[in-house]
Amino acid sequence: MPALNTRNIVIGLTILGLLLVPAYALVVGNTFILTLFTRIVILAIAATSLNLIMGYGGMVSFGHAAYLGIGGYVFGILSFEGIRSGFIQWPLALIISALFALVIGALSLRTRGVYFIMITLAFAQMVYYVGVSLSRYGADDGLTIHRRSDFGGLINLSNKTVFYYLCLALLLGTVYLVWRLVNSRFGMVVQGARSNINRMRAIGFPSYRYQLTCFVIAGTICGLAGILLANFTDFISPAVMHWTRSGDLIVMVVLGGMGTTFGPLIGTVAFLLLEEALPFVMAKTIDPLFPGVRPSEYWQIVLGPLLLFVVLFARGGIDGFLRGDRDG
Amino acid sequence: MLLFFEQCLNGLQFGLLLFLLAAGLTLVFGIMDLVNLAHGSLYMVGAYFAATFTALTGHFIGGIALALIATLLVGMAVEVIAMRRLYGRDHLDHVLGTFGLILFFNELVRLIWGPAGMNLPLPSWLNTSVQILPGVYYSMYRFSIIIVAFAVAAGLYYVVMRTRIGMLIRAGASNREMTGALGVNIKLLYTFVFGIGAALAGLAGMMQAPILTAQIGMGENILILAFVVIIIGGIGSIRGAFIAAILVGLIDTVGRAVIPDLLKVILSPTAASTAGPALSSMLIYLLMAIVLVVRPSGLFPAPGSR
Amino acid sequence: MADALLAVEGLTKRFGGILASDNIVLDVKQGELHAIIGPNGAGKTTLIGQLTGMLTPDSGTVRFAGEDITALPAYARSLLGLARSFQITSLFLDLSVLDNVALAVQAHAGHSFQFWRDARKEKDLREPALVALARVGLADRADRPASALSHGEHRQLELAMALAGKPRMLLLDEPMAGLGTDESARMVKLLRELKREYTILLIEHDMEAVFALADRISVLVYGRVIASGTPEAIRANKDVREAYLGEQEVVS
Repeated sequence: MPALNTRNIVIGLTILGLLLVPAYALVVGNTFILTLFTRIVILAIAATSLNLIMGYGGMVSFGHAAYLGIGGYVFGILSFEGIRSGFIQWPLALIISALFALVIGALSLRTRGVYFIMITLAFAQMVYYVGVSLSRYGADDGLTIHRRSDFGGLINLSNKTVFYYLCLALLLGTVYLVWRLVNSRFGMVVQGARSNINRMRAIGFPSYRYQLTCFVIAGTICGLAGILLANFTDFISPAVMHWTRSGDLIVMVVLGGMGTTFGPLIGTVAFLLLEEALPFVMAKTIDPLFPGVRPSEYWQIVLGPLLLFVVLFARGGIDGFLRGDRDG
Repeated sequence: MLLFFEQCLNGLQFGLLLFLLAAGLTLVFGIMDLVNLAHGSLYMVGAYFAATFTALTGHFIGGIALALIATLLVGMAVEVIAMRRLYGRDHLDHVLGTFGLILFFNELVRLIWGPAGMNLPLPSWLNTSVQILPGVYYSMYRFSIIIVAFAVAAGLYYVVMRTRIGMLIRAGASNREMTGALGVNIKLLYTFVFGIGAALAGLAGMMQAPILTAQIGMGENILILAFVVIIIGGIGSIRGAFIAAILVGLIDTVGRAVIPDLLKVILSPTAASTAGPALSSMLIYLLMAIVLVVRPSGLFPAPGSR
Repeated sequence: MADALLAVEGLTKRFGGILASDNIVLDVKQGELHAIIGPNGAGKTTLIGQLTGMLTPDSGTVRFAGEDITALPAYARSLLGLARSFQITSLFLDLSVLDNVALAVQAHAGHSFQFWRDARKEKDLREPALVALARVGLADRADRPASALSHGEHRQLELAMALAGKPRMLLLDEPMAGLGTDESARMVKLLRELKREYTILLIEHDMEAVFALADRISVLVYGRVIASGTPEAIRANKDVREAYLGEQEVVS
């Protein structure tokens, strides 16, 4: 039975909140809440997969958003070409995400540290440009997807509430899967490689193959998030894979607390709520002071330095803060 | 053939621009061990400053000069206010912190200059063609970019290789602690180096502005190319950055011009028109991938560097 | 060289203008403790690097149990039974002491593509790890984070990790580095016990320990082995005295 401390209470309440979102939306009559939280839940899946390689594996990928795009595009392209069945779209999208992760990972993992960061960034940008060049599928403007994945009588993705709960179930499943993964023998190797890769090799581990496997697993899970995102927005465009989106994912993971089980979930909730709330708060408090200028439109001006602040003073993220850690 | 030659010159020009950007990046990384994603923001700021000052003064060269000084100052200010606190930290901290700076700069520029870009019109004496070879004409402006960039590159080489300051810079790149122990004012050196890097980035932005206009977010796209240049050339190596930048500039520019036509020979027109641009965009990254497989530390890694 | 477990022949390594390893010839017989001594800059680190697979020699061979391992990567050498400890402590500081040793056990327990079961609950990993920890005297620190240990305990943990994989030979790189008098004495006692079970190649600066433990000593100066023999022979060797020990008597 987990201890009843601040951190666990916050996590428990967050999950409870997530479970109750559709009910709340129904009662209040506000579908925006449901839309917002569907997006949060989907991106939390992506953040959880990034936390696997970054938080536990020490592999800082600045190109993780590419898999959001890959998953989304495979789904979108298949749908466009008339293949509407989810039973074909989803497995194919996952396999192709895995293949991309395999190739990109195989090349990138030949390097370490800042090289690795730059290279994953460059490869993701390459995938972005490939997306831009797909003129048949909308290129820069993107591709509208007219129907969500068809799963026959099994599940109706067009129902907003059903879709939300599917995403939430997949999120919780992912969190659980990652938790089991990092505590298994495989996970110990991945964590050891993060901690001291030379020692891993010295004690007898061919670390490369384990890191690559971890990278592929993370890419595949993120591909799943991509499929969900494209279904959710009924749209896919290269913008989803832009490197600043990868940056956002990194922020979500660090904000929540890198290398913790629920960090990515908390971080995504916090980050996206902040994105929504910050302009609103600024509009109420700062705008009246500068009539005519409307500073709240430029809310990202606050977000930037805020990030710097978190990095410098709250490195353990929200999870660390809740545990009572000081500057990590 | 003439077109090919012109594309080669364009590639050279683009490569030199990339070098200016990459030189600043690699200097800062080599000496301060700092990964600066906001380098592209300084490129953008330089472009906007140039457009503003030339419009204000009505004078092209004067505007450029003022913009250079302004960018240098902004760079040094950023170093003192933000970068100093990041030295010695994990590279991930650098990535996050400078990513925050990108957001900040993009919004600040949008606040001050508005969301639409800014034009930097060329004075008439630059807006002509020059005859570089008998019967061969080339844009005067692009030609002057090549000259200026070459001059800056040569100047950089001279300073780094032949002067005392340059020696300190190279020493700092090879061995940080020793240089500090020798009594050199490291803080001042760092601020100076960062400022120079910023000025170089700003200069590249200014030179590109008349061609592509000053826009929000213009720094990010070219920043990644600068990273690719550094990876191919070898981190910490100015010489490597130079060679790699020329290589990347040539391959990218000439590739984009030539590949779609080449593909039309092999594939059907429709396939070629899709694959052409895609392959051209990917070319540089393919080159980077090959370098990574064959020589992970780059073509000319600085001696003693990681 | 009939019963040499480790045989090094003609090992040469250049770094730019510096000849770090100059045609090194060396062997470690089964069951012996062979010590390598030499002044700073003699090339001991380079030698270790080539023996463990972190560096590739320019020429020469390294044979382990008759097999040529010169080009074999580091992890493969460990799996063959050649375990090392590090001079500068190289541990998994963010994991617990037991986790550290359990990882060393895990490396030798087949592949690790096992994704579900909790590795920290696996008896096959935890028990041998505890045995290794008990061997070096750290059993009571098993659940502490590795970062919480003292320097001396770190050196013990280094040793435990080398032992955990049930190696055939130990390559110990200055295990006494940075230890105080008491801790050194404990380490010497431990090494004396281990000597009975393992073949050991010991790199050390601590002359007392070396002359107390070694069956044979080789002296490395400027990348070359200038002398090799029993401790008495080395003590008496004129070249060694000049190059390294000076004219003083060595305390025995």
